[in-house]
Amino acid sequence: MSVLLQLSDVQVRYGAIAALKGVTVEIGAGEIVALLGANGAGKTTTLRTISGQLHPHEGRIFFEGRRIDGLPAHEVVGLGIGHSPEGRRIFPRMSVLENLQMGAYRFGRARKDDLDRVFALFPRLLERRTQDGGTLSGGEQQMLAIGRALMSRPTVLLLDEPSMGLAPLLVQQIFDIIREINEQGTTVLLVEQNAVQALSIAHRGYVLETGSIVMSDAASSLLVDPRVRAAYLGEGAA
Amino acid sequence: MCLTHNFWGFFVPGLANGFLYALIALGYTLVYGVLQLINFAHSEVFMSGGFAGLFTLNWLIGKHHPAGMSSVGYVVIGCVAGAVGGGVVAYLLERVAYRPLRRRHAPKLAFLISAIGASYFLLNLAGKEFGRDSRPIAQPFTQTQTDPLFKIFGTGVSLYYAVIAVVAIIMLVMLDRLVNKTRLGQGIRAVAQDADTAGLMGVDINRVIAQTFIVGGLLGGAAGFLYGLGPANVSYTMGFTPGLKAFTAAVLGGIGNIRGAMLGGLLLGIIENLSVACISPSWVDVVSFFILVLVLLVRPTGILGERLGRSA
Repeated sequence: MSVLLQLSDVQVRYGAIAALKGVTVEIGAGEIVALLGANGAGKTTTLRTISGQLHPHEGRIFFEGRRIDGLPAHEVVGLGIGHSPEGRRIFPRMSVLENLQMGAYRFGRARKDDLDRVFALFPRLLERRTQDGGTLSGGEQQMLAIGRALMSRPTVLLLDEPSMGLAPLLVQQIFDIIREINEQGTTVLLVEQNAVQALSIAHRGYVLETGSIVMSDAASSLLVDPRVRAAYLGEGAA
Repeated sequence: MCLTHNFWGFFVPGLANGFLYALIALGYTLVYGVLQLINFAHSEVFMSGGFAGLFTLNWLIGKHHPAGMSSVGYVVIGCVAGAVGGGVVAYLLERVAYRPLRRRHAPKLAFLISAIGASYFLLNLAGKEFGRDSRPIAQPFTQTQTDPLFKIFGTGVSLYYAVIAVVAIIMLVMLDRLVNKTRLGQGIRAVAQDADTAGLMGVDINRVIAQTFIVGGLLGGAAGFLYGLGPANVSYTMGFTPGLKAFTAAVLGGIGNIRGAMLGGLLLGIIENLSVACISPSWVDVVSFFILVLVLLVRPTGILGERLGRSA
């Protein structure tokens, strides 16, 4: 397994507050890696640091062997890192189609086969393509956020809480699609509070706690680890 | 009652003024769209366009005498010169007065102070370099600009008003195309709606902001030339009142809203001029700013509402 994305001892601060206290994570080509943790553990901060919205105070980030920490966000996406941000962040007054075209901004214009691929994954978006992003339901917005990130033809896709606020049936559907995207060849780094669902599709997982990685293992091992079950699945401490 | 007599005679000049306000108001609204800040130095962008047009035409017409089609050429050259002058000053403003503050994550108040400072600097620099007296632009027309060109409802429309209307409509249509059909427009709308996420999509936010200033400067600079071409002439203080009026127009239509700025500009120009008929010419500015206060009290989001990044 070749390492595609590597964070090495990454530290991020918001003013005086340390949000990440030395995070080391490796993501291999073709993997789905789950990044788990409670609210405020630093999951979103990790993704935002990878995509260049935040810059590490210490440590390094490598993508395909190239150092990328310090690059601005608009250059990072050009390297092949797509990011579906926390809270979906759909452009509310652009249509579904325009939102997808924004995803392809780095190419100048959206390519038809990319659009076809997104519409094949999310037929609902095809039905709603002329509707304003702001008028979509939560589930549709999530589909659009993932589809928009795919439009940049990412090598690695960063997904921040894709199941947040969605009905259980829809959550299952979104996770099935994430697996499908991965099978089509895209590496996925998945941030989730929904640990069971995330670990059920992931190959490996990391657990973040107050800015530090406290566990990392194969997803199947984490799924049965009593500490994980106690902390994230609401079971009594073993 | 005051309007039954010679309504169109007041409406037509009001409309022409309105076109100028609309062109200037777009500069405020575009910048507000991407930065949520009022560029109070925009009146000096307008003034720069006036001087750029003045120097260019006075230099050219000093050598040749306009006739026939060359008049059209001179008007076009004047507009282009004004637009370039406005665009350059707007770009420099962004680089010098705003971008350094953005990099330091300065509070909003710092931007406002910086804007006012830049405005006074440019105003006084122009006064010192170009003189304190107002100067007429060499007329590119063979006929007197106030002579009626054609009549609408019995009211003569002068050549000057016709030129303003034609230039403004062309520029408004071009802006509409730019915002809705080009990659830059796509970037402007994305930054206006959600700058962080626009960055994730590959939009270079700083570049889009700079280009937005330039677009606003092109419109405002051309308006400065058109304004200076008329009886007001060009002077270092010429931007002050039209700048505030256009700001009022942008708020009236809904700040950040491109169609709002167009509508607000036209409405303000017309209302203002009708108040000349109904009240008195000396009350024009009072009426305009009364409208500003009224809008802020009754409907702070303006007629069309604050719709950042809405396609025009």
